[in-house]
Amino acid sequence: MKRSSLVALALIGALGPLLVAGPAAAQSPGVTPTEVKIGNTNPYSGPASAYGTIGKALAAYFTKVNAEGGVNGRKIDFVTLDDGYSPPKTVEMVRRLVEQDQVAFVFQTLGTPTNSAIHKYLNQAKVPHLFVATGATKWGDPQHFPWTMGWQPTYQTEGHIYAQYVLRNVPNAKIGILYQNDDYGKDYVKGIKDGLGEAAKKLIALEQSYEVTDPTIDSQIVNLKNSGANVFYNVTIPKFAVQAIKKAHDIGWKPLHLLNNVSASVDVVLRPAGLEASKDLITALYLKDPTDPQWRNDAGMKDWLVFMQKYYPDGNTKDAFNVYAYTVAQGLVHVLKQCGKDLSRENIMRQAASIKDLALPLLLPGIKVNTSPTDFYPIEQEQLAKFDGERWVLFGEVYDAGKK
Amino acid sequence: MEIFVQQVVSGLATGGIYGSVALALVMIYQATDVVNFAQGEMAMFSTYLAWSMLNAGVPYWAAFFATLAVAFVGGLLIERVVIRPVENAPVLTVVIVCIGLLVIFNSVAGWLYSYIQKPFPSPFPEKPFKIGDVFFGAHDLGALGVTLLVLLFLYVFFRYTTLGLAMRAAAQNPVSSRLCGIRVGWMLALGWGFAALVGAVAGMMIAPIVFLDPNMMSGILIYAFASATLGGFTSPGGAVLGGLIVGVVENLVGTYVRFIGTELKLTVALAMILIVLLVRPSGLFGRATVHRV
Repeated sequence: MKRSSLVALALIGALGPLLVAGPAAAQSPGVTPTEVKIGNTNPYSGPASAYGTIGKALAAYFTKVNAEGGVNGRKIDFVTLDDGYSPPKTVEMVRRLVEQDQVAFVFQTLGTPTNSAIHKYLNQAKVPHLFVATGATKWGDPQHFPWTMGWQPTYQTEGHIYAQYVLRNVPNAKIGILYQNDDYGKDYVKGIKDGLGEAAKKLIALEQSYEVTDPTIDSQIVNLKNSGANVFYNVTIPKFAVQAIKKAHDIGWKPLHLLNNVSASVDVVLRPAGLEASKDLITALYLKDPTDPQWRNDAGMKDWLVFMQKYYPDGNTKDAFNVYAYTVAQGLVHVLKQCGKDLSRENIMRQAASIKDLALPLLLPGIKVNTSPTDFYPIEQEQLAKFDGERWVLFGEVYDAGKK
Repeated sequence: MEIFVQQVVSGLATGGIYGSVALALVMIYQATDVVNFAQGEMAMFSTYLAWSMLNAGVPYWAAFFATLAVAFVGGLLIERVVIRPVENAPVLTVVIVCIGLLVIFNSVAGWLYSYIQKPFPSPFPEKPFKIGDVFFGAHDLGALGVTLLVLLFLYVFFRYTTLGLAMRAAAQNPVSSRLCGIRVGWMLALGWGFAALVGAVAGMMIAPIVFLDPNMMSGILIYAFASATLGGFTSPGGAVLGGLIVGVVENLVGTYVRFIGTELKLTVALAMILIVLLVRPSGLFGRATVHRV
């Protein structure tokens, strides 16, 4: 008896301070006067590991922010875990981040299937799920998911832009579509169909899909050419975009070629596919491409290169994902600054939903970040560009999906 | 009609890819009785070595043969260091070790070379040529030619050379072979070496088509298994022919059978594996293996 009561006393002694500290910490978990803890998952291993560089570049950017004194005097503690692009693992990791590591919020978790898996959980737990790294449309739904916010223009928005371009500029359009058979590909297809409206049925000659596991998409390209299409809507990830551009060129198919933004990198896609074959491609852009010579003397791009050399020397300076990460990290730092002293989860969400005309150095000129309590799509502007054999030449005006 | 011919030609081109990897699978199966799941990744890794040499300015054919040599030694070492300790373990253990190798090669390649795909040069002319309305890729034809050459080499090697016969004997009946004075352990190691070499040829022929990245073989390997199963795991010629059949059938079914379309192409390959295993487990050209119990 005596011993067990001693144990009980010792336990109370040990837990006491925790119990007292508990309520204060519960008000804003993950936040101390000197630090704010942020959680993230990225695929550092597995089939999608090409995206892993985003997580590394984010971490590098926060190291830079900390070296420069942090945000409002607080250092950023960025905890990023490997989920291998596997949704069950994402759930496990994010629960760990929220329940064990007690992060203030979750930021830039990568992937559509992976974010879908934690969407409900984070909203039930009322943990901000900020600027997710996917272009699916479902992330901007403040009514049902007030704790989740997207970042980049959605795939559907981009589809709209191409539809408008085709309707205005191609009189007898016959559209051939190649898309990846998953949420990403289908979002893009829905975008162009919605944009074409009534005309969609008449204008779309053939739709061909491919699976990520397919070794080649030659057969699909042959069918698309054979359909007589004079517009090629190419919704493929870089691996297949390279093949599609080359194959279409090789079999002498010269349609108006609309290439999705996902694969618009000059060095990663166009150069391997052949600059000659890539000539006259059209895409929609919102970021500056680090391999595009027109930005060589751009101040923002120069700063980025200095950052890469100093804080992420292993990173690839040709990889647009590193530009993407740099820009979204700047967006977050802007939100944290705007929060001032109050880093409660409610205030973080409130500030994320009140960004006004934020211009960031690596967004294309004229493109601004805007959010409101009813608008959870931070970037909604894109501009069309045509490849001239060396660089993307922007043309037309900046399209704004927010002003529909 | 034109579309039919173009789909067949394009199917033969991709089929040639499947066949060349299937050939490496058959090679190692014949020589060591192991189905090597890491075959594709080993080939991918060899191709990266070739890429590094080419990037450093080594001429194509010098890099090509140097890669073959390195791949051969690499395969040999893998057998000695990794496979040897589990030689007498159950099949499942060997399979798991191979899958471990697969993951290791994939990750190391990503770590060393990044996941951004790279163009890989072809020794054949760039320009496709046209007969009637049908386009033929010069590289596709060349790659198929190389695969057939490798096939011929393997056929002669396994049938007419002492070393080839000794390797087959060592794989099929290690005990008797050892009694005949064959150094079974070394034969198995040589088998891994040759399979890695055949895989390296396949990798260097495939990379110009699908572009080089650490995951370039993951999809192809599944089709290669379908090809090898269809042709027979004991028949190199069958494996190549199996590859061509899979490539063409996949394209034609994807084009002409509405409900399958392009969405179920992979399923076609898997269904082929299943049907062959149910109806004729030794494949079209394989010998039925009989085990005395």
